[in-house]
This record gives sequence, structure tokens and C-alpha cells, in this order.
Amino acid sequence: MDKASRRGLSPRLWLAGGWLLLALLAAIFAPLVAPQDPLAQDLMLERLPPFWLNGAEPGYWLGTDSLGRDLLSRLIFGGRIAFMVAFAAAIAACLVGSTLGLIAGYFGGWADRIISRIVDIWMAFPPVLFAILLVAVLGTGLSSVILAIAIIDWTRFCRVIRAEAMGQSRMDYVENARIAGYGRIGIMLREVLPNVVPSIVALLSLEMGIAVIVEAILSFVNLSISTDDPTWGGLIAEGRLSIHQAWWVLVFPLITLILTVLSFSQFGEALKTRFDPVLR
Amino acid sequence: MVEPLFSVRGLKVALPDMTRKPLIGRAPLAEILKGLDFDLPRGSVTGIVGESGSGKSTLGRALVRLLEPSAGSIAFDGRDITHLPEAGLRPLRRDLQMIFQDPMSSLNPRRTIGSIIAAPLKQNGLGDRLKERIAEALQRVGLPQSFASRYRHELSGGQRQRVGIARALALSPKFVLADEIVSGLDVSTQAQILTLLEKLAAEMGLTVAFISHDLSVIRRLCKQVIVMREGRIVEASATDALFENPAEAYTRDLIVAIPLPEIDAGWLDVPAAAKAPT
Amino acid sequence: MNACLEINNLSAVLPNGQRVLRSVSLSVQPGEVRALVGESGAGKTMIGKAVLGVLPSSVRIVEGDMKLEGEDLGKLQPKARRTLIGARTALIPQDPLTALNPSRRIGPQMTDRLVRILGWGGEKADTRIRQLLDEVQIRDPDRVLKSYPHELSGGMRQRVLIAAAFAAEPRLIVADEPTTALDVTVQKQILRLIAALQREHGTAILFVTHDLGVVAKISQKVSVLYAGKVVEEADTVALFAAPQHPYTRALMAATPRYTDPFASLKPVDEAVLAGLAAEIAAADQAWRRPHG
Repeated sequence: MDKASRRGLSPRLWLAGGWLLLALLAAIFAPLVAPQDPLAQDLMLERLPPFWLNGAEPGYWLGTDSLGRDLLSRLIFGGRIAFMVAFAAAIAACLVGSTLGLIAGYFGGWADRIISRIVDIWMAFPPVLFAILLVAVLGTGLSSVILAIAIIDWTRFCRVIRAEAMGQSRMDYVENARIAGYGRIGIMLREVLPNVVPSIVALLSLEMGIAVIVEAILSFVNLSISTDDPTWGGLIAEGRLSIHQAWWVLVFPLITLILTVLSFSQFGEALKTRFDPVLR
Repeated sequence: MVEPLFSVRGLKVALPDMTRKPLIGRAPLAEILKGLDFDLPRGSVTGIVGESGSGKSTLGRALVRLLEPSAGSIAFDGRDITHLPEAGLRPLRRDLQMIFQDPMSSLNPRRTIGSIIAAPLKQNGLGDRLKERIAEALQRVGLPQSFASRYRHELSGGQRQRVGIARALALSPKFVLADEIVSGLDVSTQAQILTLLEKLAAEMGLTVAFISHDLSVIRRLCKQVIVMREGRIVEASATDALFENPAEAYTRDLIVAIPLPEIDAGWLDVPAAAKAPT
Repeated sequence: MNACLEINNLSAVLPNGQRVLRSVSLSVQPGEVRALVGESGAGKTMIGKAVLGVLPSSVRIVEGDMKLEGEDLGKLQPKARRTLIGARTALIPQDPLTALNPSRRIGPQMTDRLVRILGWGGEKADTRIRQLLDEVQIRDPDRVLKSYPHELSGGMRQRVLIAAAFAAEPRLIVADEPTTALDVTVQKQILRLIAALQREHGTAILFVTHDLGVVAKISQKVSVLYAGKVVEEADTVALFAAPQHPYTRALMAATPRYTDPFASLKPVDEAVLAGLAAEIAAADQAWRRPHG
């Protein structure tokens, strides 16, 4: 890789970032940009095809579903929930996981033993079943979904950050800080934390993508938000039922989901390289 | 007779042996230092030499109390620091400094050189006139003031090691531990760093423990030498005496194994004694 | 008679156009040890890699040729070149731990090369390896062959690698800082072994090192490198008697000597470095003219 692309001018940062920004802005300003009311049903307009096919109606760019609701508008409004879940759940998982990982990796000893055992036990649960179980217990709704994802996925941060912090704590500059007279917590925050930040950033972005998927899965099995609000997973579930009559109802939400998840992971990797003075 | 800066008696250090760690439970302890007695006289450089596994680096880390001894005692400047907890050590850190072997890993990649040198100053109540003090510390090791805003990866190996020295000496400590500080450097850079340390140690009247595997370097820099092997002291004496008349066969072997940069056709020949069947 | 290795006017560049080897010429006669000595970035390891055909993909040879026993490596098809290099050369690496696969036993790792590249039978390869282990004074070959790399000491691992290098009777061995990671007493044993095997088998060695002490003890010829350029080339005895280039003299003065502590360890003079920089710049300019 040449120097220019390491500085973050890489096409993958622009492509991924561009898609995320577009999707995010559309979600924030959904009432302004959505061409139709996402909930408005019109049986006269059921299963309209996307704009380039015969029988399309202007104003319904990606077509409509079996109840005549505009697909593009539903995707845009679904993005609101997807992004809200992505940000809230990923940040919550990150805070819990990174803190515990940092403590386990840097302090070692019994703190590490306890935290690592908890992580091991946690990881033994199949994540999707765990999520379904949690939402069943917590009840459906946005906050339950966010909480469930954070509860399941903090271990991802914890494992990676623990390993990195452990590597960092063996560095001479950590001993150097002890020689300088710093205490343990001071060293952890001053010498170790800044060096694991790039990994945290990359993981955070990756986790946002994963949160989008988990939310979609929960919607798919009808365990997410109230069934009225459009969600990407809900759209996919609906699309599956009408795949033979109207393929677009399944395909467009799938493409949106895939692009978003891929963009999150690529964006995170690109940010990591950019954040790292050593790689830069 | 002036009291020595360090007085070490019956020093033992045991560390967990990870190669023998059982599947469940803790690793058993392995004794790395097996009872050492020695003094470090004030204001001079003492060499600690040994091959890998001799325990010389462990000894260094015990002296600056990055490790806690399992037995014996370490007195620093008349004070017993053997089992002093971290908090009790903190006021002493000012006088117990260290220069590391690998300047790459001893400098935090995310901090500027200025902030790395400032850390011990701030922590030890010298946070005023910080800019001035940093410039002073850099100047002492022959680096321009502009280096304060650079990062580790922007420096050459020799410059990094200069920063390591600047940082250790910024507090004008009583004691500096130098652990293999030139083993990763080219000979030309090595010569620069050693002459710099030699000059600063003399100017500042530092007591230095100079850990090295290289007896040639020790001969130049150190007034007395401690030869270690497998966690014990083989021999300790004044440098000239050690080289001119080593008391132990092991010391003699170490000296003659050094390949001098001069033609010596017989050096690689197996000595007659070693040829005899054992 | 052909030289065992002949390098003529070899230049190599990085993608940004910077030269890492600057018109290097040197030869190694059969049965001779030539030392390549220099500091980091001098290109000494790079030359060894070029000879073995394992340069990193970012480094491109733009000029010059290399002849192995008279055969021009540049004129051969890649497969023929690999076969030739595989059959006639061997490497003794710097780090005996990373050079051995940690998850395989020593025995199969040593015989692999003989069986796969030279097409020997398993029994013949095994006999040969045992013979070489005896030559490097490993007295319990059964245990060593059954061991995993981490079960042996650093000195033992290096012995194993030396035995493996000599086993296929190569004409040329590239020894890349083979003793740098070892303690001095072990270094002396290993140098002794290499010298003895080299003499007995009549193998030529390209010995890469940063240590003028090692150069003095092991080599008959020496090339002093700086920034990918050979600044001085001489018989080892002559070089130590009367070094010609100011950089060689500076290196010698910087190398510590316990016999003469205060005449050694002299920092390299700024004027010498400035002179070197000018010499490199002039060479680059002269080189660029015909190469646009």
C-alpha cells in the first residue's frame, strides 16, 4: 500500500463512508426525503415494480409491497431504527467490553481470571438464540433490542481489547511509566488506552454493522420493535413471503442491509489505519 | 569509607515459570536469582555481565524494584526498599531511573518526545518551566529542541536511545539502570551512545548499573564488574584486574570468546585441552 | 575456472525509484569465505537474498547480472533458476527459531529438502543427515531428530541448521548473521563449526555480518558496504592491516576492543559520513545519466 492511501484517501474509506453518510442523512431527515408515507396502504397500488420496469408508477421508485406501501420510504424509515440500534447498542457494548477488557488485560491476575471466565461462559451461548431469549424476557421494543445486543456482544470488545492491553502492558514504556512514578490506573489510561484506541474504533464500527444484522434478525422473527414501524429485518421477512410475485420487496432491503454492514466494517478498518501513527 | 548507594544481601528472586504451567492453576515459581551479595559504590559505573539466562536483567529489574525479591534485602541510599509497596516507592522513583534496551518499545508510539520526557518531570513535582526543562534534557543528549514535537517512528535508532537517556536523566537521579542499551544499535551509533553516557555519568556523578553481554564495552565504561551465571555471581572485581587476571575459568572463557577485530589465525582452532576425550 | 558466484554491477530499486543496491560487484571463488560487512541498511542481507532469489517483491533488479558457477541466473527461466539455486546453494539464517517450523519435528524438516528438491530416497537422506549431525558434534542424533525446535537450545538449533545447510553439498552457502542471536561462547563454537565444515567440504560462503570481529576470524575476502554500495573490497588480512576507505577506518575505530578500550569505541566522524553521502550522491548521478 502506498503512503497516500494509508493517510486515508483510500477509495474504500470514501465509498464506505459515503454510503453510511447518505443512509444516515436519509434516516435523520426521513420525513422530508421519503417520497411517500411509509405506512400508507393503497390496495390499488399493490406490488408495483421498481421504476425501470413496465407498470411502474412515478413517485414509487423502488416499487410497493403487497399492501401498496412504498418500498423506498419504508427502507428510509427502517434506516432510523437500524442506525439508532447500531449506535446505541455498539456504544453500550463497547463501553462495557472495552473497560473490562482493559482491566483484565492490564491488571491480569485475579481480575483477569474472573473477567475471562465470564467471557468464556458468555461465548458458550449461541448469540442469536441468546438474543431471542433476552428479548422474550425483556419484552419487545427499541430499548430492549439495544440492551439485548449490548448484553450479548460486549464480549467481542472484551476479548480483543484484553489481548491488546496484555501486549501493551509488556511494553517497556509501561515499565518506564512506573519508573517515572505513575500509579497503575494512571498508566492504564495514559500509556495503554491510547494504544488500543484504533482497535476500539475499528471494533466499534464493525459492531455497528453486527448490531444492524442482529436487529434485522430479531425483526425477521418478529421480536423487535412494534410490527407497524418498518424495519429492515421486517421488510426482509415480508419480502420473503412474496418472493415469487414481487422479488423487489426482498431484494432491495437485502442490498441495503448488506451495503450498510459491509460499509461499517470497511469504514472501521480504514479508520484504524488512519488513526494509527505507526501504520500511517 | 563512603556508604555504598546500593547494598544487596542474599537477594533471591523467583518468577512464575510459564513453560511448566499446568493446565489448571498457577505456574510454579522458578528461582532466577539464587542469593546475591554485592554493593554498588556511589558515583561510578558498575558493569553486570552474563550470557542469556544468567539473570542479569532480572537483577536490574529488582534493583529498581520493578520486581519484588522473594528473599534477602536491597538497601538503597541507606533505606531498605526490599518490600516497599508501589506507593512507598513513588517518592523514590525520582532517584531510581532506567534506560531500556529497546528504545522502540520503551517510547510510547502515541506520545510526542516532549510529552515522554515531561512525564517523569510532572509526576515528580517539576511540572513548572516544563518547556525549558524538556529543551534542557534534549540538549544534554545532543538533540535539537524541535525534537520535542516528534514521534518515535520519526527518529533513528540512535536518536531514540538518546531520548531514552534524556528521559532517565531529566530528574537528575542518583541511580540509573542501563539494560543492554546498545545491543540493538549499529557500531557507529553504539560508540556515540556509550561516549554520551560515559560523559554524562561523569559530569552528573551518577551511579550506574550497566547491564551488558559485551565485555568489550564493559571494559571501556565500567570501574568494576559483576560476572553472573545462572543466577549467581561468578566473580566481582575491579575492571582492570578482571581483564588482566580473571580469577574464574568462566570469566576467562567469556573474554577469549570475544572475536577481536584483528587477524588471529589460531582463534578458531580447538585448544589441545578441549580435544582430549571427556 | 569459473567463480562460484559472480555478481556484476548489480543495481536494485524500490518502487519509489530509490536504489537499495548500487552497482554491486563481487565474486566468491570456490571454497572461499567472503564476508559482507556493513551497518543496518547497508544492503548486505539484500545481496544474500538476491543470490538466493528471494528478494521481497517490492525490490526490483534493474541492472547487472549474477552468475552461479558460470550460469547466468538472469537468463534462466524461473523454474530452471529455482532448480539451479535449490541444488547449488543453501542458507544459514540469523534466527534459528523462526527458521524452523515450530509444529514439526527436526528430523523431517531436515530431510525434506534432500527428498523433495534433490529427489533422494528417505533412507539415503536419513543417513546423510545423521552424518552431518555427527559433523556438527551432536552426539545424540536420535533425540534431536525427534525433538521439536523449542525443545532445543539456541546453539543446538543453529547446529541443526548448519548441518541441514551442508547436507545437500551446496557449492555456495549464504550465511546471514548466523551468530548474531547467540551468546559469545556459543558464537565461538558455531564459528568454529562453520569454518571446519567449510574447509572439509570445500564450500564457498557468502558471510553476512555487522561484526568486524567475526569478519577477521572467519573470512578470506571482505566487501565493506554502505547504503547498498561496496565502498571497499580486499583480502581480509590486507583490510585489517591497512584499511583504505575512511568509512572502513571509522568502523574499525568504532568497534570496541577490550585489549585497547580507550583507542576503540570512537564515534564515526561527521566528515566521514558527509564524504560518504557525497560519494553516494555522485554515484547515483553518474548512474542516472544513462538510465534517464
